[in-house]
Amino acid sequence: MRALMLGWEFPPHILGGLGTASYGLTKGMAKQEDMEILFVIPKPWGDEDQSFLKIIGCNNTPIVWRDVSWETAKERLEKYMNPEEYFWMRDNIYADFNYMTTNDLGCLEFSGRYPNNILEETNNYSIVTGVIARTYKYDIIHAHDWLTYSSGLHAKSVSGKPLVIHVHATEFDRSRGKPNPIVYGIEKNGMDHCDHIICVSNLTRKTVIENYNQPEWKVSTVHNAVEPLSPEIEAIERISGVKEKVITFLGRITMQKGPEFFVDAATQVLKRTKHIRFVMAGSGDMMNQMIRLVADRGIADRFHFTGFLRGEQVYEMLKSSDVYVMPSVSEPFGISPLEAMQCNVPSIISYQSGCAEILNNVIKTNYWDVDAMADAMYSICTYPGMAEFLKEEGKREVDNIVWEDAGKKVRAIYDSLV
Amino acid sequence: MKTICFYFQIHQPYRLKRYRFFNIGRDHYYYDDYSNEDIIQQIAARSFIPANRMLLDLINAYKGKFKFALSVSGVALDQMEIYTPEVIDGLKELSRTGAVEFLAETYSHSLSSLIDPIEFQSQVQQQTQKIKLLFDQEPKVLRNTEMIYSDDIAEMAYNMGYTKMISEGAKVILSWRSPNYVYKSENQPNMKLLLRNSQFSDDISLRFSDYTWKEYPLTAEKYISWIAATSPQEEVFNIFMNYETFGNLQPSHSGIFEFMKALPKFAFDRGIEFSTPSQIMDTHKPVGTVSVPLPISWSDEERDLSRWLGNKLQKSAFNTLYEVSERVRLANDRRLKKDWQYLQSSDHFYYMSTKHFYDGSMHSKFSPYQSPYDAFNNYMNVLSDFIDRVKAQFPDSVDNEELNSLLTTIHNQEREIKKLQSELKKVLTENEEKLVEKTSRK
Repeated sequence: MRALMLGWEFPPHILGGLGTASYGLTKGMAKQEDMEILFVIPKPWGDEDQSFLKIIGCNNTPIVWRDVSWETAKERLEKYMNPEEYFWMRDNIYADFNYMTTNDLGCLEFSGRYPNNILEETNNYSIVTGVIARTYKYDIIHAHDWLTYSSGLHAKSVSGKPLVIHVHATEFDRSRGKPNPIVYGIEKNGMDHCDHIICVSNLTRKTVIENYNQPEWKVSTVHNAVEPLSPEIEAIERISGVKEKVITFLGRITMQKGPEFFVDAATQVLKRTKHIRFVMAGSGDMMNQMIRLVADRGIADRFHFTGFLRGEQVYEMLKSSDVYVMPSVSEPFGISPLEAMQCNVPSIISYQSGCAEILNNVIKTNYWDVDAMADAMYSICTYPGMAEFLKEEGKREVDNIVWEDAGKKVRAIYDSLV
Repeated sequence: MKTICFYFQIHQPYRLKRYRFFNIGRDHYYYDDYSNEDIIQQIAARSFIPANRMLLDLINAYKGKFKFALSVSGVALDQMEIYTPEVIDGLKELSRTGAVEFLAETYSHSLSSLIDPIEFQSQVQQQTQKIKLLFDQEPKVLRNTEMIYSDDIAEMAYNMGYTKMISEGAKVILSWRSPNYVYKSENQPNMKLLLRNSQFSDDISLRFSDYTWKEYPLTAEKYISWIAATSPQEEVFNIFMNYETFGNLQPSHSGIFEFMKALPKFAFDRGIEFSTPSQIMDTHKPVGTVSVPLPISWSDEERDLSRWLGNKLQKSAFNTLYEVSERVRLANDRRLKKDWQYLQSSDHFYYMSTKHFYDGSMHSKFSPYQSPYDAFNNYMNVLSDFIDRVKAQFPDSVDNEELNSLLTTIHNQEREIKKLQSELKKVLTENEEKLVEKTSRK
């Protein structure tokens, strides 16, 4: 079985949970012996781990015929792929795209991020997919998130192979219920015309069925999992600069993540005890608003902002925390509590998070129930029995949530379609 | 002669209200009055009241030949006195027939027997006093909370003056032996035991309305025929269950009341009698000994304590609670002592169980909390406030032993003063008399 996967991010250069999930899922699926994966991303960096799949970069795929010598191709593309494939793809250019701005290899430029002209970039991705879809042989198409849905449909129309779309988030989650009509349109179109929809939680599945009018039989849930920690990360020690307990919010500071509820809960806790510090790690469009809110509440001496954390810094932060909090208003899955549990950090999550469906050894509250959240924070910091229990049982639980199982579920869906 | 020994248990805990950490130190009332009232009234209407009436009718119809035993925890009695006094009236009527034996247990339905012998003894005393007060009986048979029993508990009970106990006929202690005999404790041979027949008990309390059970529907005739079919040496059938089996756990439309009404007739037809636990243990000799090094209970497949003390949350809450028991006993504050009773109910620990995560059983429908963590949080917040109050009774710097001797001194001081005063009086009057004598002599 060969799958053509269309994605947007792939580690090590990632911006959000989508890249982590893509990596984990493909790695878990690659454990099946007869599984081959072609993974398309807008802009590879050349340092991706290609041991279990093959990465194709959109910015290395020609859409305009250029007379390129073997040497040039080798020099420019060797880092990313076998140069020979450039020429195979060049033979599959299917229309005249001379009106577009292409480079000397006949390729389009991609940012590989989420720029303001994201719609243009998704459109370009779709044009490029036309070439890739004609060049390679595959049995199934698998598109991750709305950015690649139109490309998935394009590939499906070219090859006639079944299309599975994987919903990591919907526009309803990202916008707290006020979707951008263009994005909603792309999502709806993709869902209407694909062969199967995979959602990362029952919460998302419900959204897809209710808000996108999809029939129930067409939508399945495959919960995400988490990669085991690497030995280097395991070895990171707790940095304890302060004597007090540390409670951490880690994630993008945006409406979807509910940062203001964290600040409110912190205010409640600090009214009673001064022996706890709060950290808000990450960045986002609501960061300045949060800084103002913290100052306004008069808790700035106990409440700290770190700004954006990357790579190992994330784990350093987690390991130095006593409690991890994810008060998301609408979280399709939310992988970070699982990462916190791997680091032996007790977690508090909202019922509105998809991962709440599979986790037992965490404390769950409603995102708006600031009192309950504050109570849970206080309890973990005050009653050692609670913290001990959640650390041990949480670690044990999360170690059993592996991508291989998720991969098998996805495979079963493939098998039913092919 | 075969005999059936029915024993019914009544208990309802004081459920705690939502108690956030902001309340600690400010709010010393811990109970959810609304839901406690609501729940006990519902159960009374569905179960206790009709069951009392049915059993009274049976006793009258068979002129006292139908007998059974009951125990009602003190915390349940406290609630019934406030919310459903008619249930207590019904129980009093039952007691007056002489066909109902009340058993001793812990006042709080607590797990104190596992950690605090002094507390255990005092709770059993409080309970028997309450039973004496309300039902004019002095319990002779001890039934520990949730049938929890071990060799150590048998020893403790014996030292408290009990020679009869009832417990669970768990596989781990009986193995191939049948529960249908009287046994005695191995390390305390004077302690006689009746052990629950879990099969016959669960046939009624668990399976009665289970459509998937192959014996469904269970009729009184069929049930008695099973008992009659056992070997002639097996004479004692200990059917122990929750009183709520009638009408609540098994709803009345399942026919549970009709089943029970028909049962005595079929039993007497087959020559089977009814007896109370103390009657049986007075008339039957123990056939063997049981040794129970680790405590058993009547809960779960394992019949152990894992439902209440299975995880770290439960153990830590349990230990924190009993750390202050000595201080509470030294205190005199009545409200504090009441709270102490109510906080000990085993139910609070039951709500913290995480067993359902693993064995697939659903989270207890009896739990008022959304999750075990919620239960732990709330309980610990209440307990923190309670402990602060206990500590506020006496200065923290004085240790228990010293405090105890100081309190004794204070206590004795009063007596001493009284003694001296009376002596002084005596001397004074004597002197006066002498004076009078002197003057008269002059």
